[in-house]
Amino acid sequence: MTDIAQPSTPAATPVPPRRRGALQKLWQNQTLWRGITAIIVFLVLWEIGARWDEWFGKEWMIPGVGLIPPPTDVAVTWLDVLPKAGYWESWVSSFRRVISGFLMAMLLGIPFGLMLAVNKYFRDLFFPPFEILRPIPPLAWVPASLIFWPTNEMSIAFITFLGAFFTIVINVLGGARNIDVRYLRAAQSMGASQWDLFSKIILPGTLPSIFTGAAVGMGITWEVVLAAEMISGGGTQGGGGLGFFIWNSYMGGSLEQIVVGMISVGIAGYLSSSAIRAIGDWYMPWKRLF
Amino acid sequence: MATQKNRGALSIRNVTKIYDPEGVNVMAVDDCSMEIAAGEVCMIVGPSGCGKTTLLNAIAGFHSITHGEILLDGELLCGPGKPKADQGAERMVVFQHGALFPWKTLAENVAYGPIVQRTMRKSEAFEKARDMLAEAGLGDVVTKYPGEVSSGMARRAEIVRALINDPKVLLLDEPYRAMDALTKSIMHESLLETYDRTKVTIFFITHDLEEAIFLGDKVHVVTTRPCQLKKTVSVEIPRPRTFETQSSEEFRVLMEEVNEAVHEEAIKAFQAGERELA
Repeated sequence: MTDIAQPSTPAATPVPPRRRGALQKLWQNQTLWRGITAIIVFLVLWEIGARWDEWFGKEWMIPGVGLIPPPTDVAVTWLDVLPKAGYWESWVSSFRRVISGFLMAMLLGIPFGLMLAVNKYFRDLFFPPFEILRPIPPLAWVPASLIFWPTNEMSIAFITFLGAFFTIVINVLGGARNIDVRYLRAAQSMGASQWDLFSKIILPGTLPSIFTGAAVGMGITWEVVLAAEMISGGGTQGGGGLGFFIWNSYMGGSLEQIVVGMISVGIAGYLSSSAIRAIGDWYMPWKRLF
Repeated sequence: MATQKNRGALSIRNVTKIYDPEGVNVMAVDDCSMEIAAGEVCMIVGPSGCGKTTLLNAIAGFHSITHGEILLDGELLCGPGKPKADQGAERMVVFQHGALFPWKTLAENVAYGPIVQRTMRKSEAFEKARDMLAEAGLGDVVTKYPGEVSSGMARRAEIVRALINDPKVLLLDEPYRAMDALTKSIMHESLLETYDRTKVTIFFITHDLEEAIFLGDKVHVVTTRPCQLKKTVSVEIPRPRTFETQSSEEFRVLMEEVNEAVHEEAIKAFQAGERELA
């Protein structure tokens, strides 16, 4: 009766899988090619839209679109900016703020969310104030934190932290509370102690929500950092960053450089969320199947 | 695995369970009694939502009972003064939709019990887990995650995960409910084979009559809510049983007998459902 489950008899000679080189794999990756095609089509349409009036005369100008610099001009400006140290300093300072705020939010948010989930007394005490503070947008905290924190840099760090913290906590709490009761019961029947239950069931069961929270939180962190950098307006302390780069370009009247800054933020955000996805895939091998 | 002849006898005596959400008394189980001998395969058949699972939850220690008592090998699990049984590894549950931990491989799932109970060293537990999975025909997939194997394999692995704890009773709550007929028949043969090897007492909830007669020593038909024992049918078909058993005359007669009792309750349950909606 067990033989039902045995693998079929090795009657047919197995066909060896065709080996493909890494380069060949990349070449045959359809998803990659679709992505590249989409970006190229987008750039071409943008170029046509931006140069419409130049090519077809003023009377054919599409309202608004004609004011946007075409991607070729943006590319030229970008090449000018690339070798400049200031541009890369903007990257570094924005990234430093995002990562520090984000890590603080993870470090405090995950334990706090888990405590809310597993302990009723803790939840009764801390959930109401949390829920009142949560709807306050991070940017509404700007004036108060400028007054409260001694330096601009600390204010930015604090606001960044807030942006990610609430999202992470609410995701962790939801994830931990939604763990199927069957898992808990099964573990308890098998003799799991409270600690086993927490470390082997609740924690891994919450991981997917932790990573969802992290991905969303990371996005919010970038939004908040950019806004805070624009508001802080450079200066000697707490200045710089990609937000200030964009703001500075606006003050200087360089449309091309504004777009360079915007695309830089897009790339930075993409890199950040890719990193979170990669860590998530590595950390949750059972999730790779879906 | 040691065969067990003299352990795993369940006595359910006058058990009543009243749910009381916001003062609305819902009687799920009413004065229900049944005796399950050691090493018996006992099938509980009744309409959906009749309180079978409530009974199982009481035995497993997930829920309390209101009156009556439940004993395992003469020892009180729950009864007067102790409404809720302790959860324990001598009563292992296999759940309706499966409860393998998705974040653990099959081997890790099976080894979990002995590891958390600290009855085996980790390496021992894993070795035992792999052996038992191989015995159940799952030797090739021990390192796979539950999401990577078929539902049939997952369910078999779950039964292995229960058996590694050497339980006195296996509590199964419609484990093969969502399966197609072909997979189901394979699961049945596999379960019977496991049973022949271990002789563990099996408390099996279902509303599939063929399943009940094919697997069971006794088929207990219970009434629609509140759950009461309506009729007990002994299945005297000798073991080992094969799929051919199902086309025998004996089987057909038993089917008729059980069907009659169940059908009456099904109609009552249906009408009760209509009344609740009206």
